[in-house]
Amino acid sequence: MPLLAKANQIDSVPRTPAWMLNLFWLALILACYPINRLLEANLNDYLYLVLTRICLNIVLATSLNLINGITGQFSLGHAGFMAVGAYTCGTFLQHYVGVGWNPIAAALLFVIVGGLLAAVAGLIVGVPALRLRGDYLAIATLGFGEIIYIVIRSTESIGPFKIGSAAGLDGIPKVTTFFWAATAAIITVVCVWRLAYSAKGKAFAAIREDEVAAAAMGINTTFYKVTAFVIGAFFAGVAGGLYGALDQTIDPEQFRFTRSIEIVALVVLGGTGSITGVVLAAIVLMILSEALRDLKGVTHVDLRLIVYALLLIITMLLRPQGLMGAKEIFRSRRKRNLSQPAPAA
Amino acid sequence: MLQFTQELIIGLSIGATYALLALGYTMVYGVLRLINFAHGEVYMVGAVSGFHFINLALRWHAPLALALTIAFVGSAIVCAILGFCIEFFAYRPLRGSPRLVILITAIGVSLLLQNVVNLNFIYGPTPRTFPAEVQKGLNTSIGIGGVYISRLIIIRFALSLSLMAVLTWIILRTRTGLALRAVSHRFDTAMLMGVNTNRVISVTFILGSVLASVAGVMDGLRYTITPLMGVTYGLKAFVAAVLGGIGSIPGALIGGLLIGITEEFARFYLPTQYTQYADAVAFVILIFILLLKPTGIMGSTAVEKV
Repeated sequence: MPLLAKANQIDSVPRTPAWMLNLFWLALILACYPINRLLEANLNDYLYLVLTRICLNIVLATSLNLINGITGQFSLGHAGFMAVGAYTCGTFLQHYVGVGWNPIAAALLFVIVGGLLAAVAGLIVGVPALRLRGDYLAIATLGFGEIIYIVIRSTESIGPFKIGSAAGLDGIPKVTTFFWAATAAIITVVCVWRLAYSAKGKAFAAIREDEVAAAAMGINTTFYKVTAFVIGAFFAGVAGGLYGALDQTIDPEQFRFTRSIEIVALVVLGGTGSITGVVLAAIVLMILSEALRDLKGVTHVDLRLIVYALLLIITMLLRPQGLMGAKEIFRSRRKRNLSQPAPAA
Repeated sequence: MLQFTQELIIGLSIGATYALLALGYTMVYGVLRLINFAHGEVYMVGAVSGFHFINLALRWHAPLALALTIAFVGSAIVCAILGFCIEFFAYRPLRGSPRLVILITAIGVSLLLQNVVNLNFIYGPTPRTFPAEVQKGLNTSIGIGGVYISRLIIIRFALSLSLMAVLTWIILRTRTGLALRAVSHRFDTAMLMGVNTNRVISVTFILGSVLASVAGVMDGLRYTITPLMGVTYGLKAFVAAVLGGIGSIPGALIGGLLIGITEEFARFYLPTQYTQYADAVAFVILIFILLLKPTGIMGSTAVEKV
């Protein structure tokens, strides 16, 4: 690890101190509250909903990017983690708001509980599955996602908590606003960013570049892979919980294979490994898919998913590294002068 | 015991279609080291085109046997062309790219096919079944010692077994089959030895797609047809291929039959309120296989070289 730490120091010569950045992000989150009020007052319901959904998509895409893009573990079960979060949060919220809890406080608690349970699911999936590599891992995660779907689809209730089997769960109190979604998006992006560009982040990247070489360099590959899975699953669970509290109704079909693929498409199009690229892809694709919804009025057929699929294929054929490749939009990459010794810590 | 035999026969007949589909996965994996996600969709297209062909034939008042033949042959031709096109347009330009890139393309192709079939003028999202007269004609059963076997099950067995025999003959006795074995053994060496790898890969896709189309029509005769039917079914067939040892042709057969039997037994012997969980059985098997013996029953261990 000392070597890694040193490499990181060379990379980060004079940089804005961490506390200043933290303060900035906190201010940004707080600023979202008045912005939310402004949006609520001035935008129509549809645009407001689209903006909120964009933020939730950013959470999903960024959390998957940690697993797929930064650590290079191809996971096809992200919708499963999302489902765990959505159902945990949804059923608890419905039950406890029904007995008179304050919806806001309950939602805050249960969104996090949902995230934590999804993280546990990530751990359960991760520990055995991550002994596998490449396409075998993809299939195993797909299998887990499918198991989660079948279990949810076949379960009516657990104790007093309703799951609702195939019909889905409705009557979840509407709590999620743009403020909630934007906060979740900012926290996710900042967390993943700080993780990816830290000394530990180099270990994630090393596993992506060459797992065998990384293990030979003394990196505990299983530990890092499971860590990526657990953190990614946590944020997916949070996004799921917020989705439930936004739509007020969830059903098992929402969290199937297709959903996982949609999230994978965001990561792949944005550029696997580029955090800003994936955020950009989440925004652009959401706007595109809404625009295509309007197109349906002209063509009378739903072309949305066809365009999605074609986009995915064409990107792979023409630009397999995605929009941004592994580059970031804002990251200042100072030219390192390797002839000079690194400044002492 | 009688009940057991009955369930075993049903399980085997389901397993036979899994095996047909698993053969396609395993052959493609053998030559390209690619999980062909679009294979489940080829199966779905097989069922859908079989549906269209049989309706067309019945509209011309063709007798049932002829209508069925038209459906099987027609959808086999459609799927053979489709399989060739998928390989030619989506996978061939990516030869030599990282495997993940091809895998994502395969997912894209599968998503594309699902949604094209989902268009109303092609098939539409409503689940439909084969015409009632076809189903009625096929559901008549023959009783042998208390065990009932419907005509459909007999057709399923006869077709699957004969197709597998033909496939085995192609692979073991023809020049193309020899080339196919060579390519799946060592891709680069086969190329250096003058094997036309692109042609072999096309043939593999065509063979796999024909098998998938037959499986599709046979399942269309039994279940409802939807644009999404290929997802779960394709995944389970893939599990069968992994269970038998991916890349191994007898393995795909064994894996398919095993999955079919386990699933049918789970559906029958689980208490009624848990019957729905039977769908998950295949995936639980998958996870265990991947953990205990990732190479499957018949697979060989490959040494990873750095």
